[in-house]
Amino acid sequence: MSSNLLEIKDLYVNAEDKEILKGINLNINKGEIHVIMGPNGSGKTTTANAILNNPAYKKEKGSIIFDNEDITNMRTDEIARKGVFMSFQLPEEIPGISVTNFLKYAKNKVTGKPVKVFEFKEELKKYMEELNMNSKNMERSLNVGFSGGEKKKNEILQMLVLNPKLAILDETDSGLDVDAINTVSKGIDMFKNKDNAVLIITHNTKILRNLKVDYVHVLVDGKIVETGDAMLAKKIEEEGYKQFKA
Amino acid sequence: MSKTKLEEINRNIYDIRNKDEFDFKIEKGLTKEIIEEISRQKNDPEWMREFRLKALDVYNSLEMPTWGPDLSELDMREIATYVRPKSKLNSSWEDVPEDIKNTFDKLGIPDAEKTSLAGVGAQYDSEVVYHSMKEDLIKQGVIYTDMETAVREYPDLVKAHFMKCVPVNDHKFVALHGAVWSGGSFVYVPRGVKVEVPLQSYFRLNSPESGQFEHTLIIVDEGASLHFIEGCSAPKYNKVNLHAGCVELYVKDNAYLRYSTIENWSKNMLNLNTKKAIVGKNAEVDWVSGSFGSKISMLYPMSILNGEGSKTEFTGISFAGKGQNLDNGFKVVHNAPNTSSVVNAKSISKNGGKCTYRSLVRVNKSATNSKASVSCESLMLDDISVSDTIPTCDIQTDDVEFSHEAKIGKISDKAIFYLMSRGLSEEDARAMIVRGFAYPISKELPVEYAVEMNNLINLELEGAIG
Repeated sequence: MSSNLLEIKDLYVNAEDKEILKGINLNINKGEIHVIMGPNGSGKTTTANAILNNPAYKKEKGSIIFDNEDITNMRTDEIARKGVFMSFQLPEEIPGISVTNFLKYAKNKVTGKPVKVFEFKEELKKYMEELNMNSKNMERSLNVGFSGGEKKKNEILQMLVLNPKLAILDETDSGLDVDAINTVSKGIDMFKNKDNAVLIITHNTKILRNLKVDYVHVLVDGKIVETGDAMLAKKIEEEGYKQFKA
Repeated sequence: MSKTKLEEINRNIYDIRNKDEFDFKIEKGLTKEIIEEISRQKNDPEWMREFRLKALDVYNSLEMPTWGPDLSELDMREIATYVRPKSKLNSSWEDVPEDIKNTFDKLGIPDAEKTSLAGVGAQYDSEVVYHSMKEDLIKQGVIYTDMETAVREYPDLVKAHFMKCVPVNDHKFVALHGAVWSGGSFVYVPRGVKVEVPLQSYFRLNSPESGQFEHTLIIVDEGASLHFIEGCSAPKYNKVNLHAGCVELYVKDNAYLRYSTIENWSKNMLNLNTKKAIVGKNAEVDWVSGSFGSKISMLYPMSILNGEGSKTEFTGISFAGKGQNLDNGFKVVHNAPNTSSVVNAKSISKNGGKCTYRSLVRVNKSATNSKASVSCESLMLDDISVSDTIPTCDIQTDDVEFSHEAKIGKISDKAIFYLMSRGLSEEDARAMIVRGFAYPISKELPVEYAVEMNNLINLELEGAIG
């Protein structure tokens, strides 16, 4: 069996009639942690949204294969059920549904199986302790009135509960203090195993410190201009993006 | 899964099939003779007969309302056809279209109630089921009966309250109601009695006509408390397209009443219902209201805070689909010091439906140190639906805390994408957002009604996508 999980081939994507991605190629194998770094506006968030086929982003060319299946034009919910998860930079607030009920509902949809209430509660409790989350938040409406940090932790909680094959974290570390970044990083470490993979989209390297990163890709003006190992992230931290040209 | 599109149900099948149809149509307008006939059939006492006739005079003297939704399709000359007592009903359960039957099934309505709701059944006999509860209530001196029985058996109580809270000259349809009213519930809770179980009119539907001009009269005496639930979520079928009911609530000093209702009229109906409460010293009335169905609805429950320290809360939701114009709202009059009112109104419109929130807050000079807060929120599910807010405030004292907040919104594509990225289909995602929007109202309902309301929202949404 192939260990390849995600393969993006020559992907061109427009957002609001503007060409954002200009021929992306990316391969992610099971068991790997990949990082995409790049300056503002380079197409990082677009890449994440394109994988989940957000209708606001139009694919002009190219294909995305996930787990041996072409998901290029698949509906977002189907892609999610295949095992792709995305942690949002700005998670949406949904009034009137509690975090617990939402997670139960989503887990049922993603797995296609009824959720065993007792096991689910135990699982939730365990993750919340690990992520230093306030259990009172679980009965609050999804993300409504949550602080920036609470929202991001809630995304990581969802990742752990839904247990996808590929987790895409879109700037999950932005706007977080050091403690919260460490918590998120711990969550990723808990999630990670030899059969799944993580794609971290970030500006900064703090979140990477405690993780064993396999590949770092530099995205500039809609193209991956360089790929390297964890050392590349360090180089960017010190020297910025100026050295890279599209 | 097959989709049920409620707006496509052809309700024309329900047109009057009576053989006597032509006889009725000859009559133009409502006559004294017709009213006399109703009164005779109902075995009214003399005072009620006179009351009806007086109301008829008022009805004939009043003009149609000139504000709000267009009621021109209502042919008032046909009213005679509507109200004439019919000796024999020749409809049957077999005549009820499959769509309606399926809807009942989806809402989980028991068989016996289905026939009653469809307007073809005999009275649903709740006597056995509610026997023990009834006995308990009788012991406490609670009176719970149909309106006709109350008129005959409790003349003093009825006479002192009947259409005193909602006077017949309030508007044309109230006058009509006064002349032709039929059916409804009467509740009297004596001093200091706390009724623990909610009373539900759901289980006492009687003849098909009773859902049309029914009169509800509730008196909660000093220090007593009651939760009354009226209506139900099943689409209620009537042959005739006018509903002009009347609800009168008397909440005496230190008493508490919660009045919950879900109305879901068939989509040919004009729902022109009048509801009012008079609230005594340190007393409270809370309204919980769900308005679904009907073609046009003009529904503005009203609390009159007459007693010092009295309170009212209104929590309501309207859901308008294709071809529906729901003009709903709430009215409150503060007449005494230290009174308070809280309004939380929501509306959902889809497929070109129109929801208007029309309200009145009046704080009179005498109502010092009072508080009034209004919050209304609308959700439009597409670009062709309409939502509007028409508040009227009349505040005659400076010593008042008043706030009004209105929000109009749409379901954002971002929220849909977010939920879909968690494995929810677009349909599920929308339903989750709409149910969440309605949650502050459904949580105020007893659980079985909340479940029904959610089912109803799901049914309404199934037709809204794709």
